[in-house]
Amino acid sequence: MLLKHTPEMISERSALMINPAKTCQPIGAMYAALGIKGCLPHSHGSQGCCAYHRSTLTRHYKEPVAAATSSFTEGASVFGGQANLIQAIDNIFTVYEPDVIAVHTTCLSETIGDDLPQIFDKAIKENKVPAGKTLIGASTPSYAGSHVTGFANMVKAMAALAQPGGEKTGKVNIIPGWVEPADMEEVKRIASLVGVPITLFPDTSGVLNGPLTGVYSMFPEAGASIDDIKASGGAIGTLALGEWCSAEAARLLDSRCKVPCSVLDLPIGLQATDRFVDTLRIIAGQSVPDEIVRERGRLVDLISDMHQYFYGRKVALVGDPDQLIAMTEFLVTIDMVPVHVVTGTPGKKFEKRITDLVAGTDHTVNVRAAGDMFLLHQWIKNEPVDLIIGNSYCKYIARDEDLPLVRWGFPILDRQGHQHFPTVGYIGGLRLLEKILDALLDRQDRDASEASFELVL
Amino acid sequence: MSSGHFLEERAGQVQRTGAAPLAIDCNKDSLAGAVSQRACVFCGSRVVLYPIADALHLVHGPIGCAVYTWDIRGALSSGPELHRLSFSTDLRELDVIFGGEKKLEQALRELIERHRPAAAFVYSTCIVGIIGDDLEAVCRRVAADTKIPVLPVQSEGFKGNKRAGYEAACRALGRLIGTGDSSGIERHSINILGDFNLAGEIWTICDYYRRIGIKVVATITGDGRVADICRAHGAALNVVQCSGATMDLAVMMEERYGIPSLRVSYFGIEDMAEALYAVARHFDDQQLMERAKRLVREELQRLMPELLEYRRVLAGKRAAIYVGGAFKAFSLIKAFRLLDMQVVMVGSQTGTKEDYQELAEITDEGTVIVDDANPLELSAFIREQGVDIFVGGVKERPIAYKLGVAFCDHNHERKEMLAGFQGMINFAREVHASLTSPVWQFIPCRIKEGRS
Repeated sequence: MLLKHTPEMISERSALMINPAKTCQPIGAMYAALGIKGCLPHSHGSQGCCAYHRSTLTRHYKEPVAAATSSFTEGASVFGGQANLIQAIDNIFTVYEPDVIAVHTTCLSETIGDDLPQIFDKAIKENKVPAGKTLIGASTPSYAGSHVTGFANMVKAMAALAQPGGEKTGKVNIIPGWVEPADMEEVKRIASLVGVPITLFPDTSGVLNGPLTGVYSMFPEAGASIDDIKASGGAIGTLALGEWCSAEAARLLDSRCKVPCSVLDLPIGLQATDRFVDTLRIIAGQSVPDEIVRERGRLVDLISDMHQYFYGRKVALVGDPDQLIAMTEFLVTIDMVPVHVVTGTPGKKFEKRITDLVAGTDHTVNVRAAGDMFLLHQWIKNEPVDLIIGNSYCKYIARDEDLPLVRWGFPILDRQGHQHFPTVGYIGGLRLLEKILDALLDRQDRDASEASFELVL
Repeated sequence: MSSGHFLEERAGQVQRTGAAPLAIDCNKDSLAGAVSQRACVFCGSRVVLYPIADALHLVHGPIGCAVYTWDIRGALSSGPELHRLSFSTDLRELDVIFGGEKKLEQALRELIERHRPAAAFVYSTCIVGIIGDDLEAVCRRVAADTKIPVLPVQSEGFKGNKRAGYEAACRALGRLIGTGDSSGIERHSINILGDFNLAGEIWTICDYYRRIGIKVVATITGDGRVADICRAHGAALNVVQCSGATMDLAVMMEERYGIPSLRVSYFGIEDMAEALYAVARHFDDQQLMERAKRLVREELQRLMPELLEYRRVLAGKRAAIYVGGAFKAFSLIKAFRLLDMQVVMVGSQTGTKEDYQELAEITDEGTVIVDDANPLELSAFIREQGVDIFVGGVKERPIAYKLGVAFCDHNHERKEMLAGFQGMINFAREVHASLTSPVWQFIPCRIKEGRS
């Protein structure tokens, strides 16, 4: 067994992460930047960081991921990376011709004290930034927060492009959080059905789930346009989906440009989607369109059809805070029991929120922020579950403990579909239930004795 | 996108065979701002050492470095699998300010106590090089108390490219070698250097050597074990594969222990056979040579009929190669030739001047030779050269597919063994599978060009 090294006995660890449930900030910043149209993400650090992030995103999305790097050498690390970054900006605008360069820092450039705004100023003074082109910068030290924080920081840097006193657009900003391209598409579809004109940023739909056309383009014709992002200061409001990934950006728009914001949970599952649709409805000043009412009805219908199979089933969850909060609520809604919930991202608020969500049930929950997969495995050994929901790294635990696994989250390195089919909204809820039921019922069929192996379930 | 649309400074790193004497610029740092396919020092060290399955591999740094190298390369083990777990000191802001030595020491002691590994490798990352943690001192202290070798790997990412990482890994290995008891090792004995047992390749190679009467002392590092590596100095010969990953180690062992080395490749029929013959020749033993010839004959008889079938279909198709080290490219060119295919583009991340010179000599006129390419260049050359199949790694695959071009992963993500005689069949099958896939006929621009 691969994880035979995991003892049941749990001891406190302060100096060590085993089988992490998070990764570092820059990859989140890179993913967010890919959701801007015509944008080349740029990693201000060593070459390895950039190569690793591109490889990981490529493995997850099965799409080309282009990003540049400052290619730090020993010299740059001693004397500062300013020269590298200015040369990089010059080279990138000359050769790859993006509309936007979105620079994020790394542990290396942060520690040596490189200051992005100051370097950007110098690049502009030296005429390295052609007219009409944009530089964005986010500070994303790998030793603080997690990949989720990096995503949030880059989205905040996008929001910082908005200027106060801009023209009123009549639109609503929606910040979708770190979700799949298909989820971003679904958020747009729902808003359009309710009749709310929106600016969604970032927007990776069409960028990281693009068609095969026979042409390779570094910048697919998709993503949030930089003009729309700049105009977001004139919106009538902002909906931030997910406290962890989106709220900071929304609050910045609120404080700087006086665009009022609401922070909602990711619209995953029945009730979180209800709140999202309701908020949109109020903004639009209309009733919920029939099509969405029907979609909701189908989701409730499936829950009722199969509720006996959900009842009391114990689930272990691992992933990112915004996702886990919404999923925990959804599982409670359908009468399943989230017993272990782990995120690698630090933050005590997360633990409180999960505990509150489970508080109304007859069960208690083990929850840990800044945890890891090793801890999750130990918890499962001590209190077994019926199902694991999490990213591909869960497959080790699932195999060792012989448990069904629903792949959901980031990264998914061994299955497809996540980038094409949403898990947000009512339709996404249907898909999640299909996946959960498939996993549970396949297992039931596999384990049934011949006598109790039933055709109809 | 025209192929003239490149960074001017990179002109020297792209050449065409036959036009003029080849004078490629290489082994230089990537330009800042380039979308390079290259990685870092840490990456180089990690890929070389990580297949040692009974060792503890602890990454000292922020979390990312450990996560991105967690079990990504299918380096198989026939026994322990400690190497497939991910251990990180997860350095945080306060550690960056006050130093991470205490944390490192605590983590090491905890892990060694729990897992009782045969040795521990501690990888330093960019930030450790900046904050100046004394890895050497921590490792020495923990080694003294735990009585196992605890080896610092000086792999700060910014200190060069992957090649520098190979060197750091070799230095760490060098500290293990010579510490074990080498008595009782046969005369006809070798170490296998530079094979990482992707998809179980080293098991096949070891089996070949066993069949011709050669004893393998240590596999460095595929399916590697610390105890074997410690006594590797007792082998009579080092057989080294791969561009440069373990070449430094072979040089060091020759200087220190007088062990000669042979450079071989296990990819393709010719190179695989030549590897066995070269080892037999080295020991100057007629019986060895006869057994090697018999083995090659038997294997070829078994695989030729199937190979000829593939060749019939693949003849005349055009291939492009972009790999990490140039050495693999030599074998691939020969393998494609055996399939009657033409290599029209070849490049690598870290080739040397000599590598590229040799590539120029063995490729046909007009072949594009490129060092440290970016996606735009790769895609432009694929179009310009009318490439039918592209051989590369994880970042290149989707680029090929987007262009409607077949692909074969000859890197971390190969799922089939590509080394040895059976590997040649697997390679031909993979190339055939991708090239003849029905999917390519459905691509809009191919339909327009009438190419499918």
